Amino acid sequence: MSDETPLLDELEKGPWPSYVTQIKRAAKKKKAAKDLLGIQELSYKDRVTHWKHGGIVGVTGYGSGVIGRYCDQPEKFPDAAQFHTMRINHPAGWFYNTKSLREICDTWEQYGSGLTNFHGSTGDIILLGTTTENLQPCFDALTEKGYDLGGSGSALRTITGCVGQARCEWSNFDTLNLVYDLTMEFQDEIHRPRWPYKFKIKASGCPNDCVAAIARADFTIIGTWRDSLRIDQTAIRNYVDNGFEIKTLVVDKCPSGALEWDDRTKELKLNAEDCVRCMHCINKMPKAIRPGTDCGATILVGGKAPIIKGAYLSWVLIPFIKVEPPYEEIKDLLRKIWDFWDENGRTRERLAELIERVGLKNFLKEIGIPPVPQMVYKPRANPYVYF
Amino acid sequence: MGRTDIGPPDYRDMLPPVIKKNYGKWKYHETIRPGVLRHVSESGDEVYTVRTGSPRLLSVDFIRDICDVADKYCDGYLRFTSRYNIEFMTDKKANVDALIEELKRLGLPVGGTGNAISNIVHTQGWIHCHSAATDASGLVKAIMDELYDYFTSMKLPAYVRIAVACCINMCGAVHCSDLAIVGVHRRPPKIDHEKVLAQCEIPTTIQSCPTGAIRRHPDPNVKSVVVREDLCMYCANCFTVCPAMPLADPEGDGVAIYAGGKVSNARKPPMFSRMVVPFLPNNPPRWPEVVNVIKKIVEVYASHAKKYERMGEWIERIGWEKFFKLTDIPFTEQHIDDFTHAVETYRTTTQFKW
Repeated sequence: MSDETPLLDELEKGPWPSYVTQIKRAAKKKKAAKDLLGIQELSYKDRVTHWKHGGIVGVTGYGSGVIGRYCDQPEKFPDAAQFHTMRINHPAGWFYNTKSLREICDTWEQYGSGLTNFHGSTGDIILLGTTTENLQPCFDALTEKGYDLGGSGSALRTITGCVGQARCEWSNFDTLNLVYDLTMEFQDEIHRPRWPYKFKIKASGCPNDCVAAIARADFTIIGTWRDSLRIDQTAIRNYVDNGFEIKTLVVDKCPSGALEWDDRTKELKLNAEDCVRCMHCINKMPKAIRPGTDCGATILVGGKAPIIKGAYLSWVLIPFIKVEPPYEEIKDLLRKIWDFWDENGRTRERLAELIERVGLKNFLKEIGIPPVPQMVYKPRANPYVYF
Repeated sequence: MGRTDIGPPDYRDMLPPVIKKNYGKWKYHETIRPGVLRHVSESGDEVYTVRTGSPRLLSVDFIRDICDVADKYCDGYLRFTSRYNIEFMTDKKANVDALIEELKRLGLPVGGTGNAISNIVHTQGWIHCHSAATDASGLVKAIMDELYDYFTSMKLPAYVRIAVACCINMCGAVHCSDLAIVGVHRRPPKIDHEKVLAQCEIPTTIQSCPTGAIRRHPDPNVKSVVVREDLCMYCANCFTVCPAMPLADPEGDGVAIYAGGKVSNARKPPMFSRMVVPFLPNNPPRWPEVVNVIKKIVEVYASHAKKYERMGEWIERIGWEKFFKLTDIPFTEQHIDDFTHAVETYRTTTQFKW
């Protein structure tokens, strides 16, 4: 193999940090990383991928967490002929102490390519590229350091959540604790695929939804509150006195017209009943407006990317639920949904596609949740009704 | 053999002392300059967060470098965001400038806060994926080089979330981003009949096709399938269940661009990204055609949208017909939906602009 990578070298220019530089750095120590560079250069030349469809590889006792990957040019790139990925479940919120991060680095330098993703789309730490032979010893070494595999295939995927109450004043429940608790409760569901397809759970502490739970999770938990926004009128006046255009930038943008600015008394008035808790006013005046104190979450279901029947945003299932340990109500609901989906779902049918096929009405009946108007934008317009 | 089902480490062992102490007690925050947040607790404590971009694909030696920085300034802790940014937290204001200098020396851009373009969420592409129709890391690098100033400043009307998925499986779930770049195929699968026999389950393969384009091979002696090419829209679901049906093709593959999606509930509800450009060629290493369209859309948005208006909100207000006019992007037959939720997109009013 030639050592020259003229196409990739172009991607070391420019101000944004370069992944090519990262691969080259790993390649100084690891042959697998060097061959990865060669494979990537070849793809840039040929304009197609040089990875084959995965094979079934893994570690003892697990059905998920490892993605088998083989190069289609093994003679040319023997050191990356097998280049399997290990998905490692991240600590909730993606916080790390450096001792722990260094332990992952040492283990991966010993058993893998020395290349990682912090993090993959799934939220996992991605350890990129090792051989079949090294999978088990690498896994054993990682568990010694307190890490375990994440989900892959037709299993519960690694659960993710936003930073939450660790460093955000807007989180309406403890996202990190919920994520950790559910992860520990459902280890079997994460590690042993047995469902029609994948299932994702994501938790955002407020309706800003920083982890895109509504678009990316079959089971979406988004923090909200039932009482009124908290408004500090003195702090509001500080914003206005400093030139903040409260009328155009906040009041006029309130989606439900719940806010009013009294220019005479310099007071921001709220009709709490009309507030739909969108977060806009809070986002723009964080020192003056805060979420309410009767906090919990809205649970929505069905979010997913297009494969197969098109993309879905999650639908409201439970308008409000308290989110407090030991989270039994949420766990029971998940088990009911999984039972129904496992029983009725076709191969590679995600929850939203199943609900669309059988109808939301029947789904609600099966899992025992009564219909409420918050579940729909509007009632049906057609007269074709089953009684 | 090691232990199994131990789960991830407890997050409580990973929190910096100031975070642990003020957990659940944060009162407000402000962005004191691009890339630097100041959170204030009810207790009066403060934490400063310096956010940097990263290439996501990291070598272990680089991770050791950022650990050194965290050891020096952040009590030995750091965190990553869902967009692969790295956050360094310190309770000492005096540390902030030195921290930023150190991070710049490592080549890391400080920014990605407020009305900025944050890091691009993306998939593996040609680095690691068998079904990729384009590369992801290279596209991201090429686009972020061009949009770098938008990462390190906060001059846009609102933040712009960009995502890259290297095929329409969309592992990165790009379908609700302000700007989404998606790898697409344009050629039906090339069937290797011998491999089908060896590697594929025929009924599963037939059932996998959402448009019913896959049929049994007409010759009963050939245990394989055929594809009705007029029904194939290149989703590659068949390839996922049957490795003998690859779609990758250097001329057929390329990139589509979608715009106007969001996930936040702020103001307007979440919305899907919509097709803006149906196809641009794969032109590595720098994909100039793609970079130009992205840059053009960002610039038109930046100069036309009202303050705090996300891209999708701006487009809804002015109308898509106006969007195509302003951006000078041609509207084609591919823009008109003919899949599952198509009719919802057809106009049922005489209200529109010229």
